[in-house]
Amino acid sequence: MADLKVKFAGIESPNPFWLASAPPTNTGDQVMRAFDAGWGGAVWKTLGEPIVNVSSRYSTVDFNGQRVMGLNNIELITDRPLHVNLREITEVKKRYPKNALIVSLMVESKREKWHEIVKAAEGAGADGLELNFGCPHGMSERGMGSAVGQVPDYACQITSWVKEVAKTPVIVKLTPNITDVCYVARAAKQGGADAVSLINTINSITGVDLDTFTPRPDVGGRSAHGGYCGPAVKPIALNMVSAIAQDPQVKIPISGIGGISNWRDAAEFILLGATTVQVCTAVMHYGFRIVEDMIDGLSNYLDEKGFARAGDLIGRSLPSVTKWEELDLNYKIIAAVDQQKCIGCGLCYVACTDGAHQSISARAEHGRTHVEIIDDTCVGCNLCSLVCPVDGCITMKRVDTGRPPLTWKEYQQDPAQHKHLGPHNAH
Amino acid sequence: MEPRGNPFQEIKPALALDAALAEASRCLFCFDAPCTRACPTHIDVPAFIKKIATGNLRGSARTILDANVLGASCARVCPTEVLCEGACVMDDLHWKPIKIGQLQRHATDWAMRHGMRPFTAGPRRAGRAAIIGGGPAGLACAAELLKLGYEAVVYDAAKQPGGLNTSGVAEYKMTPEFSLREVGWLVEAGVQIKSGVRIGADVSLDELERQFDAIFVGVGLGRIGRLGIPGDELDGVVDAIDFIAALKLDRPHARAGRRVVVIGGGNTAIDAVTQAQRLGAEEVTLVYRRGPDEMPAYKHEVQLARESGCRFVYLHNPSRILGRGKVEAIELQRMRLGAPDASGRRKPEPAGGDPTVLTCDLVIPATGQQPRSELLESLPNVRLDRGRVAVDERTMQTSNPRYFAGGDCVSGGQEVVNAVAEGKRAAAGIAAYIESRREVSRG
Repeated sequence: MADLKVKFAGIESPNPFWLASAPPTNTGDQVMRAFDAGWGGAVWKTLGEPIVNVSSRYSTVDFNGQRVMGLNNIELITDRPLHVNLREITEVKKRYPKNALIVSLMVESKREKWHEIVKAAEGAGADGLELNFGCPHGMSERGMGSAVGQVPDYACQITSWVKEVAKTPVIVKLTPNITDVCYVARAAKQGGADAVSLINTINSITGVDLDTFTPRPDVGGRSAHGGYCGPAVKPIALNMVSAIAQDPQVKIPISGIGGISNWRDAAEFILLGATTVQVCTAVMHYGFRIVEDMIDGLSNYLDEKGFARAGDLIGRSLPSVTKWEELDLNYKIIAAVDQQKCIGCGLCYVACTDGAHQSISARAEHGRTHVEIIDDTCVGCNLCSLVCPVDGCITMKRVDTGRPPLTWKEYQQDPAQHKHLGPHNAH
Repeated sequence: MEPRGNPFQEIKPALALDAALAEASRCLFCFDAPCTRACPTHIDVPAFIKKIATGNLRGSARTILDANVLGASCARVCPTEVLCEGACVMDDLHWKPIKIGQLQRHATDWAMRHGMRPFTAGPRRAGRAAIIGGGPAGLACAAELLKLGYEAVVYDAAKQPGGLNTSGVAEYKMTPEFSLREVGWLVEAGVQIKSGVRIGADVSLDELERQFDAIFVGVGLGRIGRLGIPGDELDGVVDAIDFIAALKLDRPHARAGRRVVVIGGGNTAIDAVTQAQRLGAEEVTLVYRRGPDEMPAYKHEVQLARESGCRFVYLHNPSRILGRGKVEAIELQRMRLGAPDASGRRKPEPAGGDPTVLTCDLVIPATGQQPRSELLESLPNVRLDRGRVAVDERTMQTSNPRYFAGGDCVSGGQEVVNAVAEGKRAAAGIAAYIESRREVSRG
């Protein structure tokens, strides 16, 4: 059986599954129950100056009858007294010495404030610190959270203040609400960060109540933008994680966050460069118990693929992540329909005809819709196979063009040589 | 004798809001969908289901009702298993078909609760049509004519309108109260109904011809024929139509047997056995002269009867009903299948041997309704074919151009949704006829 243990910037964890700093890590009771359930680590809900919360605090995006495709929150950092949190951190660490216990921090942008909180957290027994430079709502209005994470200089400055006193590894949590996340990752590295974690939540309004006209969540008839997370944000997070993992100026461990609900999501983050992953929304939806399948599923997957350790998976997909201009223009595939599997729903036909390249024909045959791919005009875009509800019914088949690989850069040097690719080739 | 639970409990109850949303979300939204093709009224099923999913119930009901003004009762009584749901592509995925009937009910129930109109009468045009028969075909024809701007008056012989929707649908599928509520909904929208008026007796055809430009005949079928065997006049022989109708409209006089024998193999026979079973009969036996493969009843209906505990006796025919004044037993003759008959099915013939005697106190013949021959034969120059009104399928026009027909008197007995489709087609035919006449008179 594969070894799931990981070492993240010096912090040891029985597995790569951590709870993100969020409501599930609000109390010692929750964190201990999570460790009992199998979570390898937890990032304690952000400590800082006392705050006051509002109600309601959450809203969701549901999709086609499924709840919580995306979750939005306007909850602030911990609203429990600092000394209570510290006491519980000590207690948890004492009882669960093998689990990774990270403490998230956020205070005013003053050197001495940061020194104080770092010392307090480490004094309580934290294995590591996570600097919350990502929270996009409420705290950012007070010059904290994403207000720091959106300015590389600030992020660098505060990280370096923390590093002046920190004895444990320092993780900087990044906000995605920025044009290029790599700039802040580099700044964190420059400030001395041992690792980064991303993504924090995305600025969002999840929807509007069509009867009251108030956006959700409704706080007495008013609303404010919140932070968006859950399965819907995973693609955005994966892209940012891979960008930082490939950035030669960063090169520090990454804890992946954003819509991770199961072992498959986790494996994808790890393949794109994450060492550990952090989970929040899926736990808020289904509870700590989901980690059982995450551990079991990842372990089985590693065994099947012949990997001895979870760590062997880190960054395995990065070599294939490239720029568009490096892609092979002469690589060609076209769609093929397995008529035995086709149920005649016509979705591929209408998608191709109205939404893509008019390369599927349809006709009624014995009361059923019969579709056929028009090979000559199919551009291999893939849309039909994506909308087809039948597993394996539409597949993309390789067409040998007989031409060597050709990138955009090469093509541009002499387009006339590659007439088969030009617009004149259109039907 | 105790009924088992509520003997009239609906077999397809209303979906809760969440269940309806989840079910609607399951729909693949097929292009040129097979469910729509399978529906005789061609309701755009994916469109109305999508609208349920988006919370546009008004639009959903509009989509249904524009295609089928009796969409609310069809949602309850349609054999969806062999129509829309039978065509659902989910079946090919080995998933359960979308519950189209129940979703249709969800939308149309909403429409009735929220004061929507089933249809809106179009700008008034010259032209009037008389509708003989207030069942689904006639009601659909009337509503469609009003939508097109013509006046339509429905003459119905029964005390209460709605035809078999009111009197003949098994109670566990739809109550007469619901049917009447739906008819009332159509009346509010402008359909005129004269109930208790028999054409030929109370109003003559000549009178109708004087008052109206065109006449639609949707009189359905008549009584179930007598068995024609000794004892078929005994107390305790009640035909299936009367049995169901009494339960629905005259419950104090309804019969519920202890040992019930139903004769026939069609869907009406199944309705009768299933209902008798639910009323608490100790033993219900269906006697059919052919074998299980020849039974015209829908497979899912037969399954329903089986699940109710009914016993099926195939290849037997009643030869005598025994009893002193009232039914005490029935004598059954063994049959065998001979050469195919006109219907293409193998003709049953007596197989000899000793008859079987079944003790029973209620015999329900369900051997097919007879045409209303007297009325149909009185229609001037309207050609009949084996007792049914012969029509042009596209326009539902009869051999007399002023007369149109639809529903069971044309088909010999089909579903409500077929009657609605024919009523709709007839309305278009009548409109074309009225307009063509106008051109002739102008010319």
